[in-house]
Amino acid sequence: MMLELSNITFQVTEEGHDRDIIHDLSFSIPQGELVVITGPNGGGKSTLARLIAGIEKPVSGRILFRGEDITEKSITDRARMGIGFAFQQPVRFKGLQVLDLIRIAAGKALKPIDACDYLSQVGLCARDYINREVNSSLSGGELKRIEIAMLLARAPQLAVFDEPEAGIDLWSFQNLIEVFQKMRREIQDSSILIISHQERILEIADRIVVLSGGIIQKEGPRDEILPDLIGTPSAVTMCSRMP
Amino acid sequence: MVRLDEIQKRLLREVADLHDIPEGAYNIRSNSASAGRKSTEHIQITPREDVSGLEIRIAPGTRNESVHIPVVMTQTGLKEVVYNDFYIGEDADVTIVAGCGIDNCGPKDSQHDGIHRFYVGRGARVRYVEKHYGSGDGSGKRILNPVTEVYMEENSIAEMEMVQIKGVDDTDRKTVAELKSGARLTVRERLMTHGAQRALSAYLVTLNGEGASADIVSRSVARDTSFQKFDARILGNGPCHGHTECDSIIMDQGRILAVPGLEANHVDAALVHEAAIGKIAGDQLIKLMTLGLTEAEAEEQIINGFLK
Repeated sequence: MMLELSNITFQVTEEGHDRDIIHDLSFSIPQGELVVITGPNGGGKSTLARLIAGIEKPVSGRILFRGEDITEKSITDRARMGIGFAFQQPVRFKGLQVLDLIRIAAGKALKPIDACDYLSQVGLCARDYINREVNSSLSGGELKRIEIAMLLARAPQLAVFDEPEAGIDLWSFQNLIEVFQKMRREIQDSSILIISHQERILEIADRIVVLSGGIIQKEGPRDEILPDLIGTPSAVTMCSRMP
Repeated sequence: MVRLDEIQKRLLREVADLHDIPEGAYNIRSNSASAGRKSTEHIQITPREDVSGLEIRIAPGTRNESVHIPVVMTQTGLKEVVYNDFYIGEDADVTIVAGCGIDNCGPKDSQHDGIHRFYVGRGARVRYVEKHYGSGDGSGKRILNPVTEVYMEENSIAEMEMVQIKGVDDTDRKTVAELKSGARLTVRERLMTHGAQRALSAYLVTLNGEGASADIVSRSVARDTSFQKFDARILGNGPCHGHTECDSIIMDQGRILAVPGLEANHVDAALVHEAAIGKIAGDQLIKLMTLGLTEAEAEEQIINGFLK
């Protein structure tokens, strides 16, 4: 198994009361598979991604990565062990350039031409972007694609994408699907976890997990789970999100 | 030509990126004496007779030439005030690299106050780079109090880059500029203070003519218990554009005071001030940690990028 979560509970304190965001949750991501987690907003999907990356710590339960217990490991340790995480809301950095971030992600002094390759894959004309500052001059959609390019450069054992389509326009979305299709084809012994309720992304999943109210409602191979989701908020089309 | 020792050479590299004698006109000042000087056909450097310092005359129409006037100090307890006047002829286009490096291993304070005055002729363009650097583990302070005055004729351009990243204990910087019609001034100031350092930077920019513009941007980081004050004042006396910006990161117990000052004395004066001070955003650190950096490495990357 690439990743195993067992009996994970995560709480927040609201007005003096503890509330479970994730409740006694267990599931696994097999090696060589693409797993998509869907479910309604507020169901705990992003929290789950943050628990896997180590940004949040569970109040109880264990997380195993390739058989090793990482529950107490830091964000940095987990990153170095092979967990990559693309944020839902990419972060802006004044002064740091796109090339700097891609180099940090790759963990080596990539040549600009090699860094460009990752940008081209996410549909950005690399020459125009490589020296851009990752500041507010970039649009949300551009940042989002750079965020994904960083994970391509990092090539982790387990890549976690939190709503990669959020903030991306319809045209770029087609391109994004192709990026994930290519990743799926080249997956080999790594694994991919995507948080999304996009039908097109669910269609390329090996397994689908439906998370709602902090617990797993359904889980199984795509062909078993997807048909019942079509037409519900857990499997929407890109256009249905347009106003 | 005075021989420079290894410390002096290192200071020269830090402040002027100089590994050897520069091309073009230069004056190297080392421990209050000239360690070498060269004028060129178009650029005359002569010592002043009234006070310590230089008069630098750049002939009208001089193109793509440079002047280097670095200062290095390695003698503890040395205090000096230097007056350098630059006369940049009409339609000239030149680069001036100044800068001061102090290495103080002794118990007494070392201080260099450089008073630089620029007279920028009509249509001329000058790029000015000034780097300050301090090193040495003596108990004596390293003090730099630069004064920069810029007098700009019609349609002249001045682009100034002032950098002080390390090792200067105390700085009181004053920059004064007066701009005539169509003149354009841009300033990029980068500053990092650490330990118990103190850095003050005050600007008074007067935009007198139609179409004059000034863009003053300071990026700074205050660490440990250091203190910075950025005081940027722009006066718009005609149809002009003025912009000041202070963008700062505070760490540890660092403190920063940003004082905006805009005075519009004409209905078509457009003046803007922006200031933002805060610690490094938590999500920036987390993002870089998810890329395998430790928290300290992430901080270093963020600050290096910010001050780049």
